[in-house]
Amino acid sequence: MTAFFQNLGLPFEGAWFLSTIIGILVIALPLMLAVAMIIYADRKIWAAMALRRGPNVVGPFGLLQSFADGAKVFLQETIIPSAANKALFIIAPIITFTVALLAWAVVPFDVGVVLADINVGLLYILAISSLGVYGIVLAGWASNSKYPFYSAIRASAQMISYEVSIGFILISVVLWAGSFNLTAIVESQKGYYGFLNGNGFNPLLFPMAIMFLISAMAETARAPFDLTEAESELVAGYQTEYSSMAFALYWLGEYANVILMCALNAILFWGGYLPPLDWAPLYMVPGIIWLFAKILFFFFVFSWVKATVPRYRYDQLMRLGWKIFLPTSLFFVFLVSGFLMLTRYGGAQ
Amino acid sequence: MIHVLAFYLFAILVVSSGALTILSRNPVHSVLWLILAFFNAAGLMILLGAEFIAMLLVIVYVGAVAVLFLFVVMMLDIDFAELRAGFVSYLPFGLLIALVLLAEIVLGIGLWSAGPIELAQRAAPATPDESNIKAIGALLYTRYIFLFEAAGIVLLVAMIGAIVLTHRARGGVKGQNIARQNRRRPQDAVRNINQPAGQGVEL
Repeated sequence: MTAFFQNLGLPFEGAWFLSTIIGILVIALPLMLAVAMIIYADRKIWAAMALRRGPNVVGPFGLLQSFADGAKVFLQETIIPSAANKALFIIAPIITFTVALLAWAVVPFDVGVVLADINVGLLYILAISSLGVYGIVLAGWASNSKYPFYSAIRASAQMISYEVSIGFILISVVLWAGSFNLTAIVESQKGYYGFLNGNGFNPLLFPMAIMFLISAMAETARAPFDLTEAESELVAGYQTEYSSMAFALYWLGEYANVILMCALNAILFWGGYLPPLDWAPLYMVPGIIWLFAKILFFFFVFSWVKATVPRYRYDQLMRLGWKIFLPTSLFFVFLVSGFLMLTRYGGAQ
Repeated sequence: MIHVLAFYLFAILVVSSGALTILSRNPVHSVLWLILAFFNAAGLMILLGAEFIAMLLVIVYVGAVAVLFLFVVMMLDIDFAELRAGFVSYLPFGLLIALVLLAEIVLGIGLWSAGPIELAQRAAPATPDESNIKAIGALLYTRYIFLFEAAGIVLLVAMIGAIVLTHRARGGVKGQNIARQNRRRPQDAVRNINQPAGQGVEL
């Protein structure tokens, strides 16, 4: 697109700037729409599993429910507690929301359809997702209230714990692909056994795919790991003092993060924008549709788990992260690198 | 043009947020300014072409170290009067450290102007078509392998040391035995009885 604006007579820098801004809008606006629809889908799936109807009043089949909710919170008054640290209280939801959008810059939607095709793409995502904890911790501290503070402490410990095992899982995928670039990682998954696309079909990486799915739930604080907003213990967790748009920003950011984690799952383990079978007619379907179908599938799994699995106890959560996932993922990093050393890199010398 | 603009933006933000780190009264605000400084330093690294270092700076310092700082500082009961009480007694020592740092900066600038240092070329890999990560890896795992592993051993010793120092057996603490909890079945805990009316329940 930069070339297009250059043809219109703009200098390179101006053309680059303009095309990047347009690229950001092209990603962010449909993403917000997707978040609104996916909140609706989440509530519908959850309701169906609980034998309820779910939202069905606003619009046909209740499709406009999320927009009605959005309009409602938009019209509400923003209440800032008098004892709160005002600046941080306002900044915290903005951080959560911004960080949730930032990571989408490196997600490839098709061959070459990516905003920033950088060669440290996966590290960038790791760096951005490690920022996500600040939105929650600052909210908890700035609220100057008991339950949000408990929630903030829980959130910081939980996110750091699961980031460690996610890091090891990513390393094993990177070792296999030989690159940090997300497009290169997707392309490296082509043609397992001659007809399958996806690292998940690799017996060495399949356990990592499962662990990544579970770690992603813990990292985004989704049920059954939603201890940061466990309503039976902490009212609404870090969101307790928030109202109106500030609350809505948390809501949007949280779901944007969940979609991002689903997308990462699809990109790292199930072939991203590639069709599941390495069969020529399937390539006629555009890659973005395959990616989207995979994201929706994993989102269904997330909702399914939310509807069926009871919440973990905090010590169980920590045990799962440090005593089970960390050693297992470390062992698989060892296994993958050993296998690659023997087969791809010519063995011991 | 954009490069120059970005450099001055990042540089000014690093310096000013560094200054605010020591000037702000509230320790939590200090940590947050420090995070902003780390972040902008990462931006400067990207301008140098060292994107790997930049990402590591964000992941390690912003994502892990600063979170732990914040974790500790958040739980402090801040007493502003006490914070300012020791100011005069620490002043000479602080001035001494400031003097040493000033001398180092002067020395650094002197060396900088003495010879030509193309900083961008030093930070970027030797051949432009090779990525940053590969260049660092090739150096780290061949030429500096023993230093690298020695650093790993130092970290391991530090970790074990920290655990040994803080871990102590405490009496009277009730822990969770997960294996026993997982082994437990309904039959172990539930008993069905046919309770006759008018009699007490046997416990």
